[in-house]
Amino acid sequence: MKTLLVASVFVLAGVLGLALGWSMLDLPATAVKLPVEVKAQLAVSGVAHPVTAVLLNFRGYDTLLEIAVLLLALLAILALPQATSSVERCPASANRMNPMLQTVARLLVPLMVLVAGYVLWAGAYRPGGAFQAGAVLAGAGVLLHLAGLLPPWTSPGRALRVGLAFGLLVFIAVAAAVMLQGTLLQYPPAWAGALILLIEAGLTVSLALVLAGLYLALTDTSVQQ
Amino acid sequence: MSAALLYALAGVALFVIGVAALILQAHLLRKILAFNVMGSGVFLVLVGFGQRSGVPDPVPQAMVLTGIVVALAATALALALARRLLDLNGEMRLPEEEIVRDRLDV
Repeated sequence: MKTLLVASVFVLAGVLGLALGWSMLDLPATAVKLPVEVKAQLAVSGVAHPVTAVLLNFRGYDTLLEIAVLLLALLAILALPQATSSVERCPASANRMNPMLQTVARLLVPLMVLVAGYVLWAGAYRPGGAFQAGAVLAGAGVLLHLAGLLPPWTSPGRALRVGLAFGLLVFIAVAAAVMLQGTLLQYPPAWAGALILLIEAGLTVSLALVLAGLYLALTDTSVQQ
Repeated sequence: MSAALLYALAGVALFVIGVAALILQAHLLRKILAFNVMGSGVFLVLVGFGQRSGVPDPVPQAMVLTGIVVALAATALALALARRLLDLNGEMRLPEEEIVRDRLDV
């Protein structure tokens, strides 16, 4: 019976794969040439890199909703009741207070902050931007935590909570301000570059805190004492 | 076969592998991993097929960048919920899995 179920799942997966693959082969060419459209509008977007222009100008509402989704996920994780079971889950506590790891972390974290700043700035004209910078900063936070230099965030304080929501609030404030002109997230070309940099700086702070928080809020505190 | 089509078909293969694993694997951690493999397949289709006209298309690339972050958030939430389930039930599988297995053993 079990083998029958497995076989039927394999057959269904094969059929699904064939159907999807066939639809890929059968797909007609796109009616709208999006790369051409993006290239044509790049001059008024305020940045020189097409992906950043799409992320923060042409499809800015995607990014606005994305940071909201991230914040929502972290809030949901924080809203879950704290672990109460006695199941031992964190064997890494032996690594804590390791002087070698702590020294390496202390050396690396300033460099990671520097890299994050560069990546954020470079996003205007080459691959990079708020998400990459935020990910590097979050990695620095996780590294500090693993080295035992940063306690887990079981209940974020006021400053941390403000930081978590900062990017979304800046984004919403900018969106509301430019809406006075009539359209959501349509920046005036003269201001677009500065507004995008402002939003990206706010996003970097919040993304780093949220991404690090996804890890640090899930860390088990019961094992660490 | 162009490179774009090859990427898209590889993405389809990843997606299908993820779907099969999502159904077949009972352990929640494996289900979450399967969900991520499915997502990677979708991203590969979007980015790979976005360049079939010869030039890279920044719009699907930006969408995938957004999608990666959302998938990360969803994965973290799923892991938190799975751990909560482990706290409550003492095992990393859905309550329905037991029923299915019992029924299959009959």
